[in-house]
Amino acid sequence: MQTPQYSAPNDTGHLLANYRAQVTDRDEMLRPDGSLRPVWADLLNHISGFGAEELQRRFARGDQYLRNAGVLFRKYDDSVSSERDWPLSHMPVLLDETEWATISAGLIQRADLLEDVVRDLYGANTLVASGQLPATLLTQNPAWLRPMVGVTPASGQFLNFLSFEIGRGPNGKWWVIGDMIEAPGGAGFAVENRVAMRRVFPNFFANANIHRLAGFFQDFQQSLLDLRGTKDGEVAVLSPGPMNEGYFEHAYLARYLGLLLVEGEDLIVQDGVAMVRTVAGPKPLSLLWRRLNSALCDPLELNAKSALGTPGLLDAVRRQNLNVVNALGSGVLETRALMAFMPKFSRALRGEALLMPNIATWWCGQNKEQAHVIANRATMMIGSAYSTAPLMSDEGGVLLSTEFKDQKDAAIADMLRNRGRDLVGQEAVTLSTAPVWENGQLVPRPMCLRVFLGRTDAGWQVMPGGYARVSAGNDATAFAMQRGGQVADVWINSAAPVPLTSMLSNRSGAHPLSRVLPSRAADNLFWMGRYIERAEMNMRLYRAYFARLRDGETHDAPLLEHMRRTLLAEAAPVANEMAALFEAPLKDALQAAGKVGDRFSPDGMMALKDLNRLVQEHRAQNVPLDEEPMAMSQLLRHITGFSGLVHENMYRSLGWRFLSLGTSIERAANMCTLLSQLAGPEAPEGALDLALEIGDSVISHRTRFSIIASSASVCDLLALDGRNPRSIHYHLSRIRTHIHELPGNSNEYALTDLGRKALQLETDLSVQRARDFDPASLIAVRSEVWALSDLLGSAHLV
Amino acid sequence: MLYDIRLTIAHKYDQPADHSRHLIRVLPRSDGQAQRVTAHLIEILPYPAERYDVIDFFGNAVTSINHTLPHDAMEIRLSCRVEVFAPPPFFDISAGVGDLGRELVASTDLSAGSPMHFLGTSPLLRPNAEITDFAFGAVNAQASSASQVIQLGQALHAVMAFDPEATTVETDPLDAFRQRGGVCQDFTHIMILGLRALGIPAGYVSGYLRTLPPPGGVRLEGADAMHAWVRAWCGAAQGWIEYDPTNATLASTDHIVVGYGRDYSDVSPVIGHLRAAGGQKNTQSVDVRAIG
Repeated sequence: MQTPQYSAPNDTGHLLANYRAQVTDRDEMLRPDGSLRPVWADLLNHISGFGAEELQRRFARGDQYLRNAGVLFRKYDDSVSSERDWPLSHMPVLLDETEWATISAGLIQRADLLEDVVRDLYGANTLVASGQLPATLLTQNPAWLRPMVGVTPASGQFLNFLSFEIGRGPNGKWWVIGDMIEAPGGAGFAVENRVAMRRVFPNFFANANIHRLAGFFQDFQQSLLDLRGTKDGEVAVLSPGPMNEGYFEHAYLARYLGLLLVEGEDLIVQDGVAMVRTVAGPKPLSLLWRRLNSALCDPLELNAKSALGTPGLLDAVRRQNLNVVNALGSGVLETRALMAFMPKFSRALRGEALLMPNIATWWCGQNKEQAHVIANRATMMIGSAYSTAPLMSDEGGVLLSTEFKDQKDAAIADMLRNRGRDLVGQEAVTLSTAPVWENGQLVPRPMCLRVFLGRTDAGWQVMPGGYARVSAGNDATAFAMQRGGQVADVWINSAAPVPLTSMLSNRSGAHPLSRVLPSRAADNLFWMGRYIERAEMNMRLYRAYFARLRDGETHDAPLLEHMRRTLLAEAAPVANEMAALFEAPLKDALQAAGKVGDRFSPDGMMALKDLNRLVQEHRAQNVPLDEEPMAMSQLLRHITGFSGLVHENMYRSLGWRFLSLGTSIERAANMCTLLSQLAGPEAPEGALDLALEIGDSVISHRTRFSIIASSASVCDLLALDGRNPRSIHYHLSRIRTHIHELPGNSNEYALTDLGRKALQLETDLSVQRARDFDPASLIAVRSEVWALSDLLGSAHLV
Repeated sequence: MLYDIRLTIAHKYDQPADHSRHLIRVLPRSDGQAQRVTAHLIEILPYPAERYDVIDFFGNAVTSINHTLPHDAMEIRLSCRVEVFAPPPFFDISAGVGDLGRELVASTDLSAGSPMHFLGTSPLLRPNAEITDFAFGAVNAQASSASQVIQLGQALHAVMAFDPEATTVETDPLDAFRQRGGVCQDFTHIMILGLRALGIPAGYVSGYLRTLPPPGGVRLEGADAMHAWVRAWCGAAQGWIEYDPTNATLASTDHIVVGYGRDYSDVSPVIGHLRAAGGQKNTQSVDVRAIG
């Protein structure tokens, strides 16, 4: 049958003319004759309806979404991290579902084969014994983990989630460029790309038959839950932590799939059972979806230098009490030299040829292959045999011989001869191009696809989509994102309407997973609460200090001198030094928030980042002295806005309680300090008014008492008044309420030490009389608050 | 020979540790015709919450322990009786290095005793030009692989001084080599690097040395702590031979094997992980008494 000829509609002509001229190789959008491939026609039509300005506006909408959601591209150099916008290409890559079916079949076959191979490498080892795989590729391979030899995963499967990098060659056929097995990332980014693209082309997307991604995640979530087996333990995502470039995605996936997000230090292993340390004590863990490389998972049996793992984790695996996705050690499949053997393995283990080839690879430890690579070195990529980075995105240790001059060429031949065992040559494939929008027009750029597979009851499922990496320039080898490429959404076009699913329409109705709170997350939330409160207190002190300077007082006025000495940490009479007292805790708060990416809302995170930015701007501006109070009032409005956001919008989870406990403990303690220094008989003139100002209680005082403040009236309002949200009593009461709601502290049992302490502290304070307070008794209350904080820590946060 | 061995390893922590986990490799191997443990006891103080024994990839006995209560010290005490059988007299039937290479390329053996594990790099050892040059300068390239092992061991012993103050357990073998001094661990690591550079598979042996020499014998260096020496593979016919570069001798009935590994990291007597602030102080004492 003749395929219908889609010529570009007239109005897309201007979009395509330039593009057509630049296409040199196989292109995803245009046929070799320059006509538009049918799957692109509707989108091109849609786009051509907009002017360049409207398009930019739509693109910006997608970018805005990503920024708001906190999707950023992080880069790490020497432990300094920098962030820049997520490099979303605003043009999707479109593929027809029949072609997708071919790709899927090839990758599913490969996934099954890889499972057979890894099972063999850690089990019967027939591939080496029969001479099909040279022994040295395992024995010299750091990714082959000897402690896993002979271990069978509890589920019986080594692999449950894979991704592949594939590219299309000049003949139109797809090739596997890289097997991503160890801890494949990017699935979460694929979802975020999709959401952003729906903002860019909302009307188009709603009417187009593009396969949705949620169904894939729903199925995979279910299979993760099933992997727990009969043990009803927790299911968690194991992340290397906020310093890792993938942390955002780990947190995102954990939230999206309703899994716990943990780091190595959240886990302990007891009697061969892995447990999560939670605020309610250790809880057994049944399944770990790890985003941490195998070797780092257990410093005892694997890499001793790892600070990110959990000692004993491998033991839990060996005793089949813990399933790990993918199994520890499965990263050995990423070994580059294995690509040379995959076609043979497929025939030997499964009796079939590979449906989708991988890029041609020659291991130079064999004479024939070595000679071939030496002879063809000018057109090959040559790199480490054991490297687990795909050759084209390996930043170190790949050389393309053509780039080298003659004298070095001889050295390469020598190296291949002498160190052949450690080297592979790979064909430098040319990639197909796809359109990106650059400077107001469409241009073709080399691209490859990242495709994700999850194992379910029904076998391997392929995510219908994924993402494409698009090169920044024309160089088909240079598409590591670190070097400035872009990421594009991949749309699989269906002939028929596609089913609509969302993660919210969970099949089982109720949320399947438990809501335990890891101690470390609680600890970070608790400290975030404390730091923010500390910053606010110090901002209020700063404002009050500079308001007095503005009104004509000098730094050596008794009250200001007293403030600096007792409330401002003996700061010198310099703005920067005093400002540091709120700048530092805000930074700490941001850092704490960054460690609980899955439990703190993107809005909250953005507000906290804004606050830090404003504070930095304040420092940079060198605000004139008389404008400082006003500048500080603005910052205070932001910080109270932030607190409002947190307390009005945060779900009343255990996490929220720890955050609130942090706030209340800090505020109660700070108020004790403030009153002890300002309400005592030794305090300088004006101290009582200052206390009321800092305590935001000037008006309440006027309403309840005569105009003139006395030590007793101030203590009444700021220490005892249970209706004043600035008073010590108010916060001790909240502390008691929160503690009462913590696991193991409910009314039905006898009070815990912590519960008893909280109740006693509140009771002791509330039976005091305002006139009985003196600096010593206030300091004593503060010590008790701190003791309570320690007790909370040892009971729930270790 | 029959030996009674006593080992005490004591750790003292500046701050109490809760949740500590250790892997202990101190028990001599029972390897068929070479040596046999007839009785043993490993005591851990304080008593661990959990303890079990496993055999690791290389066939070494590992005791895994777990402490869950705060403690500021830990002590490991081994006492055991080991029978060491006299090896057959050394007779060089080893392959030349070229034949060795051909045997290795053809090897399909992944078992613990396979020489394939003991080539190239290992967790603590990366090939190094200075040591490679030294090794090539020290041996006769035409000699059999076993002679090359002995030649390199003697050459190394001639240039290196035994000096317990020169290095620590963390010292890089290259640094020890440059300063021409160190302890058995350094001698062993340097010799392994040299042998691997020559194309001879080589591994690390941890173990014990007889404390007092037999009447008329010489007291060996390294007897007051756990000792280390080298194991080299000299082709299928010869198999593995063991050489002690610290004492410039082939291993004999004075040497009692605890662990085989690629380097120290595979056989370190105690690998631990604990949650504690502050440092720790470790001491070790060994007594290896010949009782007949």
